[in-house]
Amino acid sequence: MEQRKISWFNITSLVLGFSFLYLPIVILVIYSFNASRLVTVWGGFSTKWYVSLLNNEQMLDAAWVTLRIGFTSATLATILGTLAAMVLARQGRFFGRTLFSGMIYAPLVMPEVILGLSLLLLFVAMDQARGFWTIMIAHTTFAMCYVAVVVQSRLAGFDKSLEEAAMDLGCPPVKTFFHVTLPQILPGVAAGWMLAFTLSLDDLVIASFTTGPGATTLPMKIYSQVRLGVTPEINAVCTILVGIVTVGVITASLITKRQQLQRERDERMAFAANQH
Amino acid sequence: MAKKPIGPVRRAFAPWEDPNAIPFIEFRNVTKRFGDFVAVDNLSLSIYEREFHALLGGSGCGKTTMMRMLAGFETPTEGQILLDGQDLAGIPPYKRPVNMMFQSYALFPHMTVEANIAFGLKQDGMPASEIKSRVDEMLRLVKLEPFAKRKPHQLSGGQRQRVALARSLAKRPKVLLLDEPLAALDKKLREETQLELMTLQEDLRMTFLIVTHDQEEAMTVADRISVMDHGHIRQVATPGEIYETPNSRFVAEFIGDINLFSGQISEVNENDARLFCTVLGQHIDIQGAGKVTAGSNAAFAIRPEKVRISLDKPEPSNANVIPGEVWDIAYMGDVSIYHIKIAETETVRAVVANTTRLVERPITWDDKIWLSWDRDAGVILTK
Repeated sequence: MEQRKISWFNITSLVLGFSFLYLPIVILVIYSFNASRLVTVWGGFSTKWYVSLLNNEQMLDAAWVTLRIGFTSATLATILGTLAAMVLARQGRFFGRTLFSGMIYAPLVMPEVILGLSLLLLFVAMDQARGFWTIMIAHTTFAMCYVAVVVQSRLAGFDKSLEEAAMDLGCPPVKTFFHVTLPQILPGVAAGWMLAFTLSLDDLVIASFTTGPGATTLPMKIYSQVRLGVTPEINAVCTILVGIVTVGVITASLITKRQQLQRERDERMAFAANQH
Repeated sequence: MAKKPIGPVRRAFAPWEDPNAIPFIEFRNVTKRFGDFVAVDNLSLSIYEREFHALLGGSGCGKTTMMRMLAGFETPTEGQILLDGQDLAGIPPYKRPVNMMFQSYALFPHMTVEANIAFGLKQDGMPASEIKSRVDEMLRLVKLEPFAKRKPHQLSGGQRQRVALARSLAKRPKVLLLDEPLAALDKKLREETQLELMTLQEDLRMTFLIVTHDQEEAMTVADRISVMDHGHIRQVATPGEIYETPNSRFVAEFIGDINLFSGQISEVNENDARLFCTVLGQHIDIQGAGKVTAGSNAAFAIRPEKVRISLDKPEPSNANVIPGEVWDIAYMGDVSIYHIKIAETETVRAVVANTTRLVERPITWDDKIWLSWDRDAGVILTK
C-alpha cells in the first residue's frame, strides 16, 4: 500500500479535534491526583482523594445503587429490546408496523426532561412509592429503544435462511431462536446491553425525576456535591468511571480484532487447502 | 490407485407413463400471490417416488416459491399440496418429512461440521450413539471425514456445499429439496457434483426435487423437467422429449439452440404437413407434424445439429433443401457453428462436427451452399 504523507492541515485538525474532546477529561484526571484541597491550584502528587473516597460511605452507597440499577435495567432492556427488534426484522409487513417502528425510535429523539416528567406523572398517578424500582423501570424504558436499534441492525445483516434451515431440520421456532439466532446476534445483543448499561450509569435527568427517598444514583450524588463546590474527591470518582469505561472499550475492541484476525487466518488456510 | 467400479447400469425409470402409478408429491391447482404479484398461477404437478425432478426457469418464474411451499416456508393462497397422500396444509416446516439444501448453504457458523450434520438428528431426540454413527456415515458419504471438527468458515466453497448436502440428507427425508445447489461452484466442480448427486439419488432411492436456472444442469441430473415461466409450467417431460419435441416456442428457445421458421400451414395430409415459409418463399415438408389445421399460423423448429450443409445440391429426395451463403463460422473445437444467410433478414445456424483436423475447411466464408434436413428432423410449433 502507498504510504500517504500527512499534511499539516490534517495534523492541525486532528490535534484541535482531539484537544476539544479530551482536554477537559485529561485535566480532570490530572487534578484527581492533586494534593491540594483547592481544585485550581496544583499542590503536588497524591492519591489521598482515592483513599478518602473509600471511606465516603455516601459515595459508595450511591455507586452501589447505580450499579444495581444499571445491571437490572440493562438486562431487562436487552430482553425487551431484542424481542422488539425480532418482531421488526422478522415479522414482515403486519398491521401497524410503521407506527410500531416509529414509536420504538421516538424516545431516541425525545427530550429527556419530557421523558422524565411523563414517567414521574405516571408513577404519581399509579400511586407508586418512588425509589430504586421506579428509576430502574424508567431506565429500562428508554434504554430498550437503543437496544432495539442495535439488535435490529445486526438482524438485518443476518442470513434468514439460517433460521429456515434450523426449522427445516425439525427445530421449533423458540428453540431456533436460542440455538441459531441468538448465537448469531450475540455481539449485537452484548453491545446493546453495554449501551443500556452506560446510558443508565450516566443518566441524571430521568433519575432525578423518578427517584424517591433512599435511592440516590452516582450522577445525582456528584451533581449535588458539585453544587456545594468541586472537591478533588469528585475528580477521583470521575477518573475511576473514565477508567472503567476505557478498559471496557479497549477490551471489547481487542477481542473483536483478535476474532477477525483468527477468522481471516482460517479462511486463508481453507483457501490454501482448496488449491490441492 | 485402483479404479472404483462404476456400479450397475441405470435402469429405465418412467412411472409417469403408468396410468395406475400414484404420485408421491402432488400440487393441485396451487396459486401463490404476494400482494398483486402472482408467483405461482393455478398450477398442478405430479412427482413420483424416487424421481429426480427439476424445476427449470428464469428468475421470478415461481420455481423457488414452489419449493418453499413444499418445505412449508410459504403457504399457498389457493390449492393443495399432498405428500405421500397427506395434505400438507397447516403442517409447519419443522414437522414436514422433507429437507432442503439451501442456495446459500445456510450452515450454522457457530457449529462444527459434525454439529451441523447432527443438528437435525438431535431435534428428533435420536440417542447420542446413533447420532454419532449416522454423522460418521454422512461424513463418509460426502468424503469430509478429516474436516469433522472444522467450522464452516474454515472450509472451501465445495466443502461447504458437501456439508450442506450431508446435513440435509442426514435425517433421511422422504424428499430432498435442492435450491440452486451448485450455483456457487465453478464449472468443473459443478459437473462432478452433478454426477455425484445422480449417483447419490440412485443409491439412497430418494425423491429429489431440484430448482435451477441452468438448463444443462437440469438436463444432466433430472429424470423429468418442468419448464416454468411466469408462474406457469410450460412443459413437463423427460430431458429428451423437452429437447426433441418442445411444445411451444418458449420451451424450444429456452432449452438449447434452435432455428425457427414462421409461416402458414398450407396442406395437411394425415400426420404430415406442409408449411409455407414467407421469408424463404418456399414450402417446408414435415413428417409427423401432429395435430395441425390447414391455414393456421405456425412455426417450424429445427435444432442446428440436425441441419446438414453441402457444396453440391443434394439429390432430390424426400429431404427439405434450401440454398444459402456462409455468413459466419464459429469454431468451437469439437464442432463449428455455421451461420448461413438464407434471406436478407434471416440466418440459419448449422452445427457441423469437426471429424477431421482443421487443415483446410471444405466449406468456408462466402461459399454458396445447400442446407438440407430430413422431413422428420424438426417439429411444428403452434403456440
